[in-house]
Amino acid sequence: MSTVRPIQRPAKGYLETMLAGQSQLRAIPLAWINALRAQALGRLDVLTVPTLRDEEWRFTDLSPLIKLSFQPVRSATDLRAADIEQFDLEEARTRLVFVDGVYAPHLSSTLTDGGVMVANLSAADTAQAATIEPHLGRHAAFGDNVFAALNTAFLQDVAVILVPRNVTLVAPLHLLFIATQSETASYPRCLLVAEFGSSVTLIEDYVALQDEAYFINPVTEIALADRAQVKHIRVQRDSVKAFHLADCAVSLGRSSNYQSVSVALGAQISRYNLSVLLAEGAECVVDGLALIAGGQLADTHTSIDHAQPNGASRQLHKCIVGGSAHAVFNGKVIVRPGAQRTDSNQSSRNLLLTGKAHVDTKPQLEIFADDVKCAHGATIGQLDSEEVFYLKSRGLSDSVARNLLTYAFGAEIIERIPVASLKHRLELKMLEQTGSLP
Amino acid sequence: MIDKASKTLLEVRELRATVNGVEILKGLDFTVKSGEVHAIMGPNGSGKSTFAKVLAGHTAYEVTAGSVRFEGKNLFELAPEERARAGVFLAFQYPIEIPGVANSQFLRLTYNTMQAQRGQEELDPLEFDDFVREKMKLLDISPDFLGRNVNEGFSGGEKKRNEILQMALLDPRLAILDETDSGLDIDALRIVSQGVNQLANRENAIVLVTHYQRLLNYIVPDFVHVMEAGRIVKTGDKSLALELETRGYDWVAAERQAAAVVA
Repeated sequence: MSTVRPIQRPAKGYLETMLAGQSQLRAIPLAWINALRAQALGRLDVLTVPTLRDEEWRFTDLSPLIKLSFQPVRSATDLRAADIEQFDLEEARTRLVFVDGVYAPHLSSTLTDGGVMVANLSAADTAQAATIEPHLGRHAAFGDNVFAALNTAFLQDVAVILVPRNVTLVAPLHLLFIATQSETASYPRCLLVAEFGSSVTLIEDYVALQDEAYFINPVTEIALADRAQVKHIRVQRDSVKAFHLADCAVSLGRSSNYQSVSVALGAQISRYNLSVLLAEGAECVVDGLALIAGGQLADTHTSIDHAQPNGASRQLHKCIVGGSAHAVFNGKVIVRPGAQRTDSNQSSRNLLLTGKAHVDTKPQLEIFADDVKCAHGATIGQLDSEEVFYLKSRGLSDSVARNLLTYAFGAEIIERIPVASLKHRLELKMLEQTGSLP
Repeated sequence: MIDKASKTLLEVRELRATVNGVEILKGLDFTVKSGEVHAIMGPNGSGKSTFAKVLAGHTAYEVTAGSVRFEGKNLFELAPEERARAGVFLAFQYPIEIPGVANSQFLRLTYNTMQAQRGQEELDPLEFDDFVREKMKLLDISPDFLGRNVNEGFSGGEKKRNEILQMALLDPRLAILDETDSGLDIDALRIVSQGVNQLANRENAIVLVTHYQRLLNYIVPDFVHVMEAGRIVKTGDKSLALELETRGYDWVAAERQAAAVVA
């Protein structure tokens, strides 16, 4: 039975306005990119902005967003290296910087060496373009995903990372997306292709220079060939007035390994869809932390799809919710028929700091194989009174004790970030935030 | 050590306390002077740990009657953290694990809180590191305690040693050790006891809550008390502990009943 939805005029109007600037995009010399844009535009003719009636969006009300239709920046903000020094990560020698979605070559240091490419799409040569084509737009499906389609329609600058067979990049790669202009829209795009046996650490970092409202709609695609290893750190520290709606699609080849830590601190409304598809013997660790307060909403939807046997997945997602904020976690784990001996463990742990804070958590196991080991669990609670008492019995005041425990709850995720300077930065940020949470 | 010049640190009178509406402490009297070491023994459920937690200010226990004065002050007017700052220390029977917080960070935070209270200088991380390492050497504690998270993945013995390290840093006037010996092997027991002995002096006092006489071979008490059904029913010197070890607790109750009949 199909459900007929009424046509949502206002939402449609929103998309039309959002797309107003799309026709002014430069055509790209690569015909298949222009074709991708056209396909995405075609889908946007049909798709509408989801409402609370859509199962996948039933906790996240986008009505504040659709009142505002922002356009991409008209003229780029002139930033110098000194303006963004605070975001430097000493371990990362290669950094691509995008200002309001536009690639900023003068702030970036690319890497093209021995077949490695870490650069904007426009720098790709014919061979590189041939490597990119079968991946870009192929992992993050936009057929039914209005925001992935919107991003694809605006496809222009793309952070491209190609790591050839058996190459190990020791130093992490830093993708820095800086928002500077209020009431603008940006469509960051990233593609990472890790060939057979290669290894790389990627940091995707969303920051703002001011506390302004803007719309940011990133799409990231990560393809791991057999035996590749990718560590992926995603930090969303946008302005607390921003709207951040993101998709990330990861495809794991046989015996490959993907480890990710995603941290959501900013945005008025944020949504992160992460989908991970595992081939035979592939392993993933997918950890997340949302630390929000005030009137923020942070929604994380993950899908871990064991399509073939002998895969393993681990997931620990935590939310710390203060003020009247609202966190959403929906974690789907799918074990397809034939994906025998899958080993999966998922845990959602949530800390509510106030009576008005709110969490909706929904672990979802869909198992179609019989010889599997799958566990999942969710907890929602306040700080443990025994732990608070222990700290107070050592002389710490009630508020210091609570802040320390709140910090510790989040630090368990931050500790898993394999880049020391970023970890330290986030620990300080978290101290600051847990100190000021009510 | 019993000393004529000693001052009364703790004075408990007719203390009654309940947990979830059930009365556990039923009119307890107990006095501790500076320089003294007390052992409180007694069967399971007699109220020993409850007494320790009531003194530290645990909110699960409701005091319904009686008084506790610590250095002349009404202890019940102080919040748990104020009691700690005033010099009351409880070594937990089950120390809490705090993943995500480095032990060094936690120890420095508590130490500096106490220093501020005493009007003394707080230490920065480097200064504190030197200071705490000295203390750890004294207590034969491995330096890797500092880098690990608070009690996370610690063995039972390591957790207890970490409690004694905190006691060494906070330098309390009254230390209550709640079954610090349980779960310790002989070597760990010896090390923990040596640590406690080094910390005992004329100015402070130690209350050991224990099930077993063996701890008292290492930390020699001035007084041994037997607790039963929420009251101290017998007090003696260290020989009482030996007697309890060989005869158990039943004879104490029998003796009381006999005394009651005579009366």
